Amino acid sequence: MAEITPGRAYGFFTDTSVCIGCKACEVACKEWNQLPGHEPAFGDGFDNTGGLDAQNWRHVQFIDNVPDQTMGTGQGKAWLMMSDVCKHCKEASCMEVCPTGAIIRTEFDSVYIQPDVCNGCRNCIAACPYDVISQDEQKGVAQKCTLCYDRMQGNMEPACAKACPTDSIQFGPVDELRQAAQQRVTDLQEQGVTEARLYGDDSSIYGGLNAFFLLMDKPEAYNLPNEQNAVLPRRNNAGGYLATLGTAVLGVFGGLIALRRRREPAAEEGDQP
Amino acid sequence: MTLAQAQHFVAPPHWTWYILFYFFVAGISGGSYLIATLFRLRGDRADEPAARLGYYVAFVALLPAPILLTLDLGKPLRFWHMMWNTTPGEPGLNFKYWSPMSVGVWALLLFGVFATVSFLESLVRDGKLGRPGGRGLDGVFGRVFITVGAILGLFIAGYTGVLLAVSNQPVWSDTWALGGLFLASGLSGSAAMLVLLQRARPAARASEGTLVRSERLYAVLELALIVIFVVTLIPDGTLGIVFGFPWLLLWLVAFAGLVPGIAGLLTSGLTVRGEPAAAHRQSGSGGTAVAAAERTSVMTSVAMPVLVLLGVLALRAAIIFSIQ
Ligand code: SF4
Ligand code: SF4
Repeated sequence: MAEITPGRAYGFFTDTSVCIGCKACEVACKEWNQLPGHEPAFGDGFDNTGGLDAQNWRHVQFIDNVPDQTMGTGQGKAWLMMSDVCKHCKEASCMEVCPTGAIIRTEFDSVYIQPDVCNGCRNCIAACPYDVISQDEQKGVAQKCTLCYDRMQGNMEPACAKACPTDSIQFGPVDELRQAAQQRVTDLQEQGVTEARLYGDDSSIYGGLNAFFLLMDKPEAYNLPNEQNAVLPRRNNAGGYLATLGTAVLGVFGGLIALRRRREPAAEEGDQP
Repeated sequence: MTLAQAQHFVAPPHWTWYILFYFFVAGISGGSYLIATLFRLRGDRADEPAARLGYYVAFVALLPAPILLTLDLGKPLRFWHMMWNTTPGEPGLNFKYWSPMSVGVWALLLFGVFATVSFLESLVRDGKLGRPGGRGLDGVFGRVFITVGAILGLFIAGYTGVLLAVSNQPVWSDTWALGGLFLASGLSGSAAMLVLLQRARPAARASEGTLVRSERLYAVLELALIVIFVVTLIPDGTLGIVFGFPWLLLWLVAFAGLVPGIAGLLTSGLTVRGEPAAAHRQSGSGGTAVAAAERTSVMTSVAMPVLVLLGVLALRAAIIFSIQ
């Protein structure tokens, strides 16, 4: 791979159409980042990871759409598998609300939580629309995918991309990945896979996701908010403060009315028992 | 938006008991400061004891606030990171006007200064510090000071709702009413708290009628905001989350807390039984007021305020816990 140069935007293109659900990415991530993980939980699916959190920075989602009756070839529709990860949003909700400045944009344009600055207030968890961050119980701080910040500084691609056997996870400069993704979706469409679509490759979702996806269904099917719902927390500042201001004005008025009332002697006489 | 269109895939932040009690004390502290300031600026001489009581409550209620907030952090000893950015190479103050948590830290600090000064000043006026009958911050400066303090108090009582809204959480981020709702309930809770405490401060009883009246008005304001809250959640289809079982029980307590105020308003309007006539209040301080206050029942001055305060807590609990 070419030199990883600071100042350039890097990210992932996760092509879910070729994911086989092997979870090599999850393992490689835990291995490199020394994440102890949780006790595996066995439900009725192939997913014993649960979701992204402080211990799981890659999570392979298994979306079971297997119909009761067989009906021809599935064309990748029956089982959807997707290796989920922090999207390293251009307009990042987590970064927007963080009061300590712990969340920064690195020289590789990734979104990074500095573990020695974070104080564990968890505001970012309330903000991230993708359920990516959680608090590490031992360390007390918020944790998520770092895009292998340390590896990138050493000119190595992130562990998950390195491990992925099908190249479902591709790492590289975002502009190059976008071109490759465009090509891939065009090819799929031409082959008749009309449900293939890109998510987050343009600025319609949070200004563009540095880690974007090729999906085989609607974004909602993968727990990804669609375009109308990809909104930033700060949208609620103006309305919230205005309602507070209106209430404050009414509250002061209420207090004044309560004070004024007894100055009217006529009414007061009536009060006497 | 059409029905049930809001999509929420977020994780809950696990803000629980510490935050609930912080929201409660913030509402009581800020609200009491406002009521005290209204008494001092717009009341008469007989309202001064109640004003001081309000400043005492504002200070004492605020004391646990920083402790609660600090204990809630995953790294409590780094609470100061909220104010000072420790990112290597970029030291400086942290202030993000678009992040209510960041604004709130500074507002809390500032309001703390005002609440402390007004508390000390009330002690001086009460003769508890230095010579008896000491003078406080009089004149224009004093008035401006408590006015600014009251504005900060209003902010502290209300911004907590905005903090919840500035997120991507279901319910919280689907409405713009939370800041106003928390403020209104903080005000009614403060009026109730003062009604309760003035039993222990006979001189302040002259203002009981005003406090009861305020509480009624604030209860109506709160009810109006609950209605707005509900209406704003309908399009996003998240109403079922916050009003589902068991949260409905908390809402019942919250509504019960509105009953004294609203029933009082419906039955007797703005008149309060047993309140001394204006002329009597003006002429003498202590005696008349105390005699009059004894006529208001234990029901009005203990049971009802306690119910209101429980309602304030239950409202916040329902909103905080139901989504997590
Ligand atoms: S996906 Fe979530 S954690 Fe990652 S950058 Fe976006 S908002 Fe932040
Ligand atoms: S938990 Fe840490 S990273 Fe998240 S908002 Fe708070 S200080 Fe910032």
